[in-house]
Amino acid sequence: MIAILDYGSGNLRSAERAFATASDNVFLTSDFNKAIEANGLVVPGVGAFSACMKGLNAIDGAHIIRKRKELERPTLGICIGMQILFSKGLEHSDGGAHDGVGIWEGEISRLNATILPHMGWNTVETKPNSTLFAGVEGESFYFVHSYAAKKEVGELTTWSTHNEKFVSAVEDGYVSATQFHPEKSGRAGLALIKNWVNSL
Amino acid sequence: MTLSIRIIPCLDVTDGRVVKGVNFTNLVDAGDPVEMAALYGLEGADELTFLDISASSSNQETTLDVVRRTAEQVFIPLTVGGGIRSVDDVDRLLRAGADKVSINTAAIARPELIADIADRFGSQVLVLSVDARRANTESGFEVTTHGGRQGSDIDALAWIEKAFALGVGEILLNSMDADGTRAGYDIGMITAVRAISKVPLIASGGAGTLEDFALALDAGADALLAASVFHFGVHRIGDVKRYLDAQGYSVRMSADK
Repeated sequence: MIAILDYGSGNLRSAERAFATASDNVFLTSDFNKAIEANGLVVPGVGAFSACMKGLNAIDGAHIIRKRKELERPTLGICIGMQILFSKGLEHSDGGAHDGVGIWEGEISRLNATILPHMGWNTVETKPNSTLFAGVEGESFYFVHSYAAKKEVGELTTWSTHNEKFVSAVEDGYVSATQFHPEKSGRAGLALIKNWVNSL
Repeated sequence: MTLSIRIIPCLDVTDGRVVKGVNFTNLVDAGDPVEMAALYGLEGADELTFLDISASSSNQETTLDVVRRTAEQVFIPLTVGGGIRSVDDVDRLLRAGADKVSINTAAIARPELIADIADRFGSQVLVLSVDARRANTESGFEVTTHGGRQGSDIDALAWIEKAFALGVGEILLNSMDADGTRAGYDIGMITAVRAISKVPLIASGGAGTLEDFALALDAGADALLAASVFHFGVHRIGDVKRYLDAQGYSVRMSADK
């Protein structure tokens, strides 16, 4: 049973269809209890950090994510759904720092690159003990973002490079996250999704 | 490793069918969009673009249906353009399964639409499609509208600069002189737009030989869009990618099998 958290952010239909290739029971929800009870929770997200946090807070989403960690139930953040798991997000437009869910200490800042967004397929520097990347170590994944985490956090940090190095995935006990979009990364993305679903 | 270049087949869709002609006229039926999208995904397309060239509002339901059915079976990014006039149009397309939308005519008529869409969904969903041709404007390139059928007297580079300020996330630069001719991308136009562009640039119009793709990358394109060479089997996507890989460009070679 996999819940996709519906908080008004992200291409939920794509995420739902992609996770449905690995599980018979995938549903969208913004309901607190259903999101807590699911075996796995997916937190998607596109757009700006502060807008995502606003949507998340409207359904008490930060509480859902923290509670699930406490209850030792797996959560997977995708793209901005990964970024909001950090403690802070810096935003270019208003120059402000916005509070995130705070699962990991660290800030999300603008990539230092000439061309942004970092848009397209890029490789990842996988580590041998990764659960998510088992079998897809040499593959490329689809990224769309201008901001990223740049410090190691959690048990296992995976890196990618767009002019500078940034965190492209985190695996940390019951909380995992990818900066790229596995639901848009073709066969490699679906394999990663399957790896996560099989680990639940 | 670095970001790979992207090869993007474009499906020009009208009334639920893929068509492609020379300079947007003499349309020839080329297939079912959902089937072709799935096939291109298997062949290694890095993204897909649907362009609704009928672009009348009565057709949006047909387009939404094509998008929905495609998003159910093709797990690579999908951009949809044509006939988008409002934030609500964008919302419907994204909900149907599009990842990005491209806007053109509506943004020229009402530039604030760019800011409205970027504010609501983020600039990463917004591709500014610029149908440009060589003309007697300041930069030598003029914006056209209505699928290249009308001139605008707007200078293409000035328009792109303005669009950056309003918040577009990507530029799709289509040469109306080269479109459908297979005589090569307009290298001068790509070079001129790259020089002022801090967002990714997709070059479109004129792809013919394998070398054409490499020349457009050398001129600064991040991604290459093509239609007729793929639809009519002049080149397979895999052939283009293998050629570019052999030439030393960063290419995603693991096709979806």
